[in-house]
Amino acid sequence: MKLNKFKSSEITPENIYRNRRQFLKEMGIVTGTAFVSQNIITSALSYTPETERKITPYKFATTYNNYYEFGTSKSDPHKNSKDFITKPWNIKIDGEVENEINLSVEEIKNTIPSEERIYRFRCVEGWSMVVPWLGFPLNKLLNKVKPTSKAKFVKFTSVYDPDQMKGQRFPILNWPYKEGLRIDEAMHPLTIMVTGLYGKELPNQNGAPLRLIVPWKYGFKSAKAIVNIKFVEKMPISSWMNASPNEYGFYSNVNPNVSHPRWSQATERVIGENIYSPRIKTLMFNGYGDEVAGLYDGMDLRKNF
Amino acid sequence: MIRIFKPTIFVLCLVPFIIIAYQILFNKLGAEPVKEVTHQTGEWTLRFILLSLAMTPLKNITKILVWIKYRRMLGLFAFFYGTLHLLTYIGLDYQFNLDPIIDDVFNKKYIFIGFAAWLLMMPLAVTSNQKMVLILKQNWKKIHRLSYLVGIFAVLHFIWLSKTIFFEPLIYLIILITLLSLRLNFIKFLFKKKTVT
Repeated sequence: MKLNKFKSSEITPENIYRNRRQFLKEMGIVTGTAFVSQNIITSALSYTPETERKITPYKFATTYNNYYEFGTSKSDPHKNSKDFITKPWNIKIDGEVENEINLSVEEIKNTIPSEERIYRFRCVEGWSMVVPWLGFPLNKLLNKVKPTSKAKFVKFTSVYDPDQMKGQRFPILNWPYKEGLRIDEAMHPLTIMVTGLYGKELPNQNGAPLRLIVPWKYGFKSAKAIVNIKFVEKMPISSWMNASPNEYGFYSNVNPNVSHPRWSQATERVIGENIYSPRIKTLMFNGYGDEVAGLYDGMDLRKNF
Repeated sequence: MIRIFKPTIFVLCLVPFIIIAYQILFNKLGAEPVKEVTHQTGEWTLRFILLSLAMTPLKNITKILVWIKYRRMLGLFAFFYGTLHLLTYIGLDYQFNLDPIIDDVFNKKYIFIGFAAWLLMMPLAVTSNQKMVLILKQNWKKIHRLSYLVGIFAVLHFIWLSKTIFFEPLIYLIILITLLSLRLNFIKFLFKKKTVT
């Protein structure tokens, strides 16, 4: 799947691009460092529509996380994931495929280069960040297998390891964490597998060693610490759908018009802003409508929330 | 004793407020400051509601009358923190933009019940002084039984806003059930005594 045209809005204006460079410099990750020069192809012109909002401070993106495997408080993942072991790590791609494969994260990182993607990140709880991820389109990984004609959905399973993840010792959700996408959503060029952020390796609390990011959906759709990607025929039931089916739907596209029983989805609070800053308006598909609205043509997004 | 204790407890009750004010002034509230203030004021409201509900059972259990002298103050602090909680939500979170607030009150059950709890605290606060006790006589007691409802609503507010089964709201629920059932037992006990005589 390819995007056959670039809209002018997708091209990062030069001043923003410069600001970003300046930001990276301040972060101490100038393009001279080995990690950056080897692994990142900065695609200034590809999918970086973020032009208006400031990048969230690194401190908040890495200390304010929902990752119930490490505890239900936002500060728990940072505190409780310090000793989490992510090496060795394998990801199995199986299910309705002709050639199931089992790859190590090293193999994946070595064969598919990561690039920088600056995306808005909108949590279903009504807050948002702007994060410079490092990653690659998921389709590059999925193209390593041949799905059978039965395959319609992709199911993601996160790691189950209650010894290391103390949140999994309690029935907060039905562990391991499960998520799912339709194949066309999974193959969409905006959908990425993340290997790092802010020019650095992915911290444990953000889902190391490999996590999903689907920028037009609420954050919980972007499963962390993935161990299995399965092509399936039937729509997978995600952990959150299982926990509360009337609150969390399969699609979970960011949609200011469809309210959640607990949180207003019309507006959002920007992480890192001061206490007097107002909420900002939430955008349909988190602002990625130009790219993804076509995936849902003819669908009632109120029913398919 | 009470002359020393009461002012001391008054100051202690103000400590959470001072800490929150300090955190606001010196920007110590982290990634989502509005939410942090909302949560802190909300939790202190619930704590003061439960504390005020604990005084009568404590009097009955310990057979010491002095607990009752703190009940009004604790109840008024519950109203104070509850009002701060509400003002945080209306003023800081929604910047006095009433449309989404009205929408929330009627469409989100945890906000509805939280708002109801605050409304129910109003008549309690207004009728809390000695004069009103004398004017209302027997009715005063009846009105102030609303505090049980306030407790139930406040705990429900916390349970309903939680995403999944969380530990903390359940602790408050257990405390509330304990406090309310202590009253039930006592009432039953009194009732028995009356029928004997």
